[in-house]
Amino acid sequence: MIVRILDVAIAGLLLGGIYALIAVGLSMQYGVARVLNIAHGEFIMLGAFITWWLYTMLDINPLVSMVISGPLVFIIGFILYRTLFTRLRASSASPAAFEGSSMLACFGLLFIIQNVAILIWGADMKGYSYLAFPVNVGGAKFAANRLVTLGFAMAIGLVFYLFLARTRLGKAIRAAAQDPAAAGLMGVNINQVLALCFGFGALMAGFGGTLISISYKIQPTMGLEYTVIALIVIVLGGLGSIPGSFIGGLLLGLVGSIVTYIQPGLSLVAYYVIFMLLLLVKPTGILGK
Amino acid sequence: MDRVRGISKRPFLLGLLLLILISLATSPLYAAQYTVILLTSIFMYIVITVSWTMFSGPTGYISLASAAFFGVGIYTSAILGRALPLPFVICIGGLVSFCLALLVGALTLRLRGIYFVMFTFGLVELLLHFILWWEVNITGTTGRVVPTVSNTTVYYLMLITFVILMLTAYFIRHSKFGLALQSIGEYEEAAAHRGINVTALKTITFAISALFMGAAGAIMATRWTYIDPRIAFNPLVSFMPVLMAIFGGMGQLYGPIIGAAVFTYLEEFLITRFPYYYMLIFGIIMVVAILYLPDGLVGLIQKLWKRISESKYADT
Repeated sequence: MIVRILDVAIAGLLLGGIYALIAVGLSMQYGVARVLNIAHGEFIMLGAFITWWLYTMLDINPLVSMVISGPLVFIIGFILYRTLFTRLRASSASPAAFEGSSMLACFGLLFIIQNVAILIWGADMKGYSYLAFPVNVGGAKFAANRLVTLGFAMAIGLVFYLFLARTRLGKAIRAAAQDPAAAGLMGVNINQVLALCFGFGALMAGFGGTLISISYKIQPTMGLEYTVIALIVIVLGGLGSIPGSFIGGLLLGLVGSIVTYIQPGLSLVAYYVIFMLLLLVKPTGILGK
Repeated sequence: MDRVRGISKRPFLLGLLLLILISLATSPLYAAQYTVILLTSIFMYIVITVSWTMFSGPTGYISLASAAFFGVGIYTSAILGRALPLPFVICIGGLVSFCLALLVGALTLRLRGIYFVMFTFGLVELLLHFILWWEVNITGTTGRVVPTVSNTTVYYLMLITFVILMLTAYFIRHSKFGLALQSIGEYEEAAAHRGINVTALKTITFAISALFMGAAGAIMATRWTYIDPRIAFNPLVSFMPVLMAIFGGMGQLYGPIIGAAVFTYLEEFLITRFPYYYMLIFGIIMVVAILYLPDGLVGLIQKLWKRISESKYADT
């Protein structure tokens, strides 16, 4: 019995690590740059496919290819913000209007990115095998790649948190999150910082995509599911809170694992039920004020 | 002067509307089968977009639950289609959506801004995955077969729904009810202090708009013959009305109609002409429309019209 519980708990954490990472990305984009990026999952998909490409064509280790796929997706995100969203922000009458129109623009981006991906890689499921040998953890067996995934997700999250908490740029980002206008007056180049935030969100999505491609099958249309999960996690953790997103991700992974153990197929339903209850009872999330 | 012009313009406009309506009503007699099917799709999106705008336009609450109400209508049609005559099925489809919207509205319409958006979006996915699980585990199927009717019947049913919807939307817009809704969108606290029962008003309007979406779903199901949860609860149906309404312009009643008609035609055209690039082109059009047409097509036309008439005055 105890082994069973441990089994479910570890499986949950393994799932939760990825959820946490992609949620941190969305949290940067929505919490700071105020763009509710419906196309977040598309950036994850891009990261996953770039990794798959590098592995199957050039035989590059997926964990190494992260240094290629992540920055690539970062640049796409950064340029998108500088060209598209900066313009939208300038022409929007109010912050609320910007939130609405930028969300819809992201929906257009979702279409564009998905179509380009299908044109390049085809619509079929893809996958590869890397570090797939079993490892024994406390009596339960897990594929080694899952454990590596969790380790990397945790490490990336931690590094990113330290970057936000300890560096000068991190401070500028936190200032922009609190009050963009005041931060601008204090000498923060606000357009640059917001674009960087959007880029960092994409970077996390790219890393998340790489990690997902190691342990799961990938497909150009896989994005929306991850977007929705990331959305649930950032509400669970409190909008804009990075530690909250991290804890929320792990929690949701645990819930998913428990529900899958009891009734497979209902885990997504359980996520939504939690999400909707949370929005009704405490929309500010577990760590929100 | 303005008043006189307004009165003298009215019979002309009414006549024009009547003429359009008659030509639409008789179109199955002379138009090709394909045109009738295309017109049905256009009216389907018009119905969804206008009913979306009915609630979200004046109040400013962006609802992404359209696909949920539409899908509920579709499933009502699939479950009751064999047992009851079609008009009843459509009414029940609308009513089920109406009740769902009442429930959702009463629970959530105190949520503001982005939380409401997220909740309504979650609703679609919740229903989709729940019904998917239910069908696989309880009923043991994934899809259902819907009894079909002729294309012309589907077309007329959609046209009738459209006319009823337009009358409803017109009366809501030109009544105290509509004025109260508008005031909620402008300043909710002030509206509440004015003695408007804000929550009740929002909820009932949300439910009325859901009623028409449900009815549209119940009608469309009969054309698709086979449905499953992924077809019925397609998130695209949630996003399209928002884009169509913005593309057309929400300032006027006819804005969303124009937006929906143009977008649906465009979608149909792109799918048949560029099946592999359709999403790409469509996405680019969406982004460009959001960037460059903040007031929609109607706003653009009004702006151009103003510029033309101003230059005319400047000449004389």
